[in-house]
Amino acid sequence: MLLRTAWRRAAAAVPVAPGSRSEAPTRGLRLRVVDHAPQSAVPSDTATAPPAESVLRPLYMDVQATTPLDPRVLDAMLPYLVNYYGNPHSRTHAYGWESEAAMEHARQQVASLIGADPREIIFTSGATESNNIAIKELESAIQPDTSLVSVMTVNNEIGVKQPIAEIGQICSSRKVYFHTDAAQAVGKIPLDVNDMKIDLMSISGHKIYGPKGVGAIYIRRRPRVRVEALQSGGGQERGMRSGTVPTPLVVGLGAACEVAQQEMEYDHKRISKLADRLTQKIMKSLPDVVMNGDPEHHYPGCINLSFAYVEGESLLMALKDVALSSGSACTSASLEPSYVLRAIGTDEDLAHSSIRFGIGRFTTEEEVDYTVEKCIHHVKRLREMSPLWEMVQDGIDLKSIKWTQH
Amino acid sequence: MAAAGAGRLRRAASALLLRSPRLPARELSAPARLYHKKVVDHYENPRNVGSLDKTSKNVGTGLVGAPACGDVMKLQIQVDEKGKIVDARFKTFGCGSAIASSSLATEWVKGKTVEEALTIKNTDIAKELCLPPVKLHCSMLAEDAIKAALADYKLKQEPKKEEAEKK
Repeated sequence: MLLRTAWRRAAAAVPVAPGSRSEAPTRGLRLRVVDHAPQSAVPSDTATAPPAESVLRPLYMDVQATTPLDPRVLDAMLPYLVNYYGNPHSRTHAYGWESEAAMEHARQQVASLIGADPREIIFTSGATESNNIAIKELESAIQPDTSLVSVMTVNNEIGVKQPIAEIGQICSSRKVYFHTDAAQAVGKIPLDVNDMKIDLMSISGHKIYGPKGVGAIYIRRRPRVRVEALQSGGGQERGMRSGTVPTPLVVGLGAACEVAQQEMEYDHKRISKLADRLTQKIMKSLPDVVMNGDPEHHYPGCINLSFAYVEGESLLMALKDVALSSGSACTSASLEPSYVLRAIGTDEDLAHSSIRFGIGRFTTEEEVDYTVEKCIHHVKRLREMSPLWEMVQDGIDLKSIKWTQH
Repeated sequence: MAAAGAGRLRRAASALLLRSPRLPARELSAPARLYHKKVVDHYENPRNVGSLDKTSKNVGTGLVGAPACGDVMKLQIQVDEKGKIVDARFKTFGCGSAIASSSLATEWVKGKTVEEALTIKNTDIAKELCLPPVKLHCSMLAEDAIKAALADYKLKQEPKKEEAEKK
């Protein structure tokens, strides 16, 4: 209740038609909430807050890193956080039974999104744990010469879609297990574990507008795929993942999957349009911009662009009103350019110049336009400050120069 | 101690009320992504961006780094007859810290003699900009850029000196 009222108060900061909550939320709603001064733990009282411009939060264009909770998901979860708080494995009272019912309903929701049977879904703490379970299975396989193929469905850095159905076909004909990490793909592109002959699949909650800290692994029953548990304990989840299943989180994951199933086509169309808008506008106004990744087999919501002669991190600093990423969030602390870009053969200087734009369910056209405008402005500015741009304008071939290594 | 405790309490309270905890202003041990305001300042209010005539005898040009490493700095100095640096310009391909380091370098060399400019150390630049450990190489490259520019200037003076001696 407290969370909900606080959320509503925050929502009230932006003019919203009353009763429109049942629709998809007002676009950009949660991104424009005025940030109050840290000194006051007391809500509102905007009279003494610093001028609005300096406390607005940045636009969020980093959906590959994580996504906001869809309000419909929060609505589904809330009762299980405050009222129906039973342990789903308690067999002896109504609290346990209602929690178990919710867990099984969520399992059905996840299964139906990927064309699986609910008995093939095991809840975990996230796609990372699911990946570990799937790979560990390799070591505990019955036949010593069994092997496993593991491929990402949609790449999180450049958005490229792998030919999963073809790979599945090859694996099944060679009797090799096929695992795919579908964290960025579930709920965004149509997936069917039977059509694509997938044996194991990792699912992440917080990549599909669900809660963080939950995921699932799909494990095929026919033909049976045997996995070894990573953690042992009370034998929950058919012994494959012991530990109390967190009902509120799995209810959130289930709700997120159901919403995704309903919204997939609409979201895909809308996101494609916005993605085209972003890339067309940028490419029209700026020369020497390269899109990384195959343009055909590509999920539109993940756009990775290299702006030649401008370094990625300086552009991120310049675009401080927009939350973006250069390379994956996992490797952001290192000085290495993205391993994905290196693997697809991008020149090293272009790899340093790449920015990833993430467009999601709640991204508005206004946000895209604002981001594009700022991006164009700052790339031009940074190019004016760039010695490489200057050399290229003077007709010097950069590849002919002997650079000093540090 | 009490202040730290109160600060922690405020942050916890603010998180509870769904407000994002404000990031601390002092970022001495911040990761590279939290840009210090001095670094941002050099980007937003750039000093000495540009180019000098590199064919001129009084201009020394230093070009250091490599695009493959993600850091290239070009630093130019203009020196008068008395050996004092009267103008400096820079252009940088690199992260915010690299831009700030080279920008600061141009500010510091102005008004110094060629010998004094040689004493500028990367540690001073890093301290002034509060660079985190992962960004120290930017300040080192800025020091290299200064030295390269001075070396280029000295090289240009040598044929002049020979001519003067001959006379």
